[in-house]
Amino acid sequence: MIRRFLTLLAATAVFALPGLTNAAPLRIEITEGVIEPLPFAAPDFVAENSSARQLAQDIAQLVADDLSGTGLFREIPDSAHISTITSFSSPVQYADWKAINAQALVSGAVSLQPGGRLTVKFRLYDVFAGAELGSGLQFTGTQEGWRRMAHKVADAVYSRITGESGYFDSRVVYVSETGPKNERKKRLAIMDYDGANLQFLTDSRSIVLAPRFSPTGDRILYTSYETGFPRIYVLDVASVRRRVLEEQPGTMSFAPRFSPDGQTVLYSLTKGGNTDLYKMNIANGRSQRLTSAPSIETAPSYSPDGSRIVFESDRSGTQQLYIMDANGGEPKRISFGKGQYGTPVWSPRGDLIAFTKQSKGRFHIGVMRIDGSEERLLTASFLDEGPTWSPNGRVIMFTRETQGAGGSASLYSVDITGRNLKRVRTQGGGSDPAWSPLQE
Amino acid sequence: MKTILARAVMLTSVLALAACTNPGFGNDDVYLSGDPAGVNDGSADDPRSPLYFQQTVGDRVLFEVNQSTLSSTAAATLDLQADWLLQNMDFTAVIEGHADEQGTREYNLALGARRANEVQEYLVQRGIAANRLKVVSFGKERPIEVCSQESCYSKNRRAVTVLSAGLSS
Repeated sequence: MIRRFLTLLAATAVFALPGLTNAAPLRIEITEGVIEPLPFAAPDFVAENSSARQLAQDIAQLVADDLSGTGLFREIPDSAHISTITSFSSPVQYADWKAINAQALVSGAVSLQPGGRLTVKFRLYDVFAGAELGSGLQFTGTQEGWRRMAHKVADAVYSRITGESGYFDSRVVYVSETGPKNERKKRLAIMDYDGANLQFLTDSRSIVLAPRFSPTGDRILYTSYETGFPRIYVLDVASVRRRVLEEQPGTMSFAPRFSPDGQTVLYSLTKGGNTDLYKMNIANGRSQRLTSAPSIETAPSYSPDGSRIVFESDRSGTQQLYIMDANGGEPKRISFGKGQYGTPVWSPRGDLIAFTKQSKGRFHIGVMRIDGSEERLLTASFLDEGPTWSPNGRVIMFTRETQGAGGSASLYSVDITGRNLKRVRTQGGGSDPAWSPLQE
Repeated sequence: MKTILARAVMLTSVLALAACTNPGFGNDDVYLSGDPAGVNDGSADDPRSPLYFQQTVGDRVLFEVNQSTLSSTAAATLDLQADWLLQNMDFTAVIEGHADEQGTREYNLALGARRANEVQEYLVQRGIAANRLKVVSFGKERPIEVCSQESCYSKNRRAVTVLSAGLSS
């Protein structure tokens, strides 16, 4: 798939400019609450040959879109630029960029060789310090992989300015939805984080639910009604081949999720009307029961180190969040606010749990610390549910469904500060997103 | 009579098969009536027909919010279902549990399973062989009413006994 286009991709720091200081103050502290977006300029990249002209524009624009889309950066449009950059190696006219208050400047160059080999170079400048921030980088791949190269440039820029890893070169698997509420067709679909490069992974003959990536993004766990009963499957992304994982007769299985090492699948199994948590060694298919209560235990998620599990249970009488050891044992309740809590997901940094909260007829996406403290609700609507973390733990994507007979589901994302709520571009309706790790 | 019944069962089998590729989810399952010979077999007037079961016996029971306990109305319906199933031994059933949209997806799947299981246990207590009954939950995936009000929610919180012909092994 996409990876194939990037077999030649290499990041090489070969452009360090000599003689410039690197003590730049350019920095966004994204842990702060409300911030003013950092103004930046990303003029068209320099086309190093005529066939690269369009790509040079498109790549610069996509880098700008990625950065602006975070809400942390604000692009200064080309029409406001005083300088143009016609050569990748010429000195930057800092005064011209200062005059338009561009604090950061991204310059780049693109060349397209016969045969489709594409090379993208970029440099990032701290305009007010009058210095390059980090060294120039070069990515090489194929023409079809140009969006990934642009995302990699944007990830590098984001990372250098925020001090945190990026999330643009990532994918999202979700359930594509069409048709009315009482006859909805669902298919698994995979796309880039920004909605590009959509590919369907299943047809719409069977209901499919809640796909989840493996830690390397090469496999997807999901639930399908292929047999008429919900069962968990694993699908290989490259070959689109799938196999059923749990097929005990008379049971249902759902809510699967990988362990951080990709060896184990955590899931819910329903037998005799009772739903408990199980885990399965994916290589040999052996499963182990982790809870045995008459209550509903579901929606499990591992801590990043794999030692603990957060899940939801209604053992107290209402849906609440619990944490227990990855091998089972006595769970500890962590949610105590008013309302019902479900679908907990451990953040990739390990410090937060994202969840769905239902309270007074409204749904919220929220986060809390792993001891249940500092609960913050990030969204509110008729129906928000099913959070998934961006690879760097800064953004949460989720499902928002509108009410009424014509109600439909869409993907939304929100920063964990609660800012920058926006709809994610999909073809038709969408639900149950799962964000991949950053691609290699 | 025996041949007519056999033919009816065969017809229903074919339709049940068709229903597999295009499931009706207990709402408007198509069990077409009509015998080529013109007998009334299979119609809603035929007490041995799935349509009769659906419309006259009552193929579904409803639940309160987040609950899976059977109301007295539900129990009365299930008594009739049990009687019918005892008289029509050629049929098996899948009990589908459903939830309304006010809830998270996974929880609603588990809740629908609880509801379906309550119905199954009740019918087994009333003498139906457990191997004639299967359960499945659709959670909130297949509402029959689409408004976002209690008038619709109350009909979506249901367990539907969907018949098919022939004993499964």
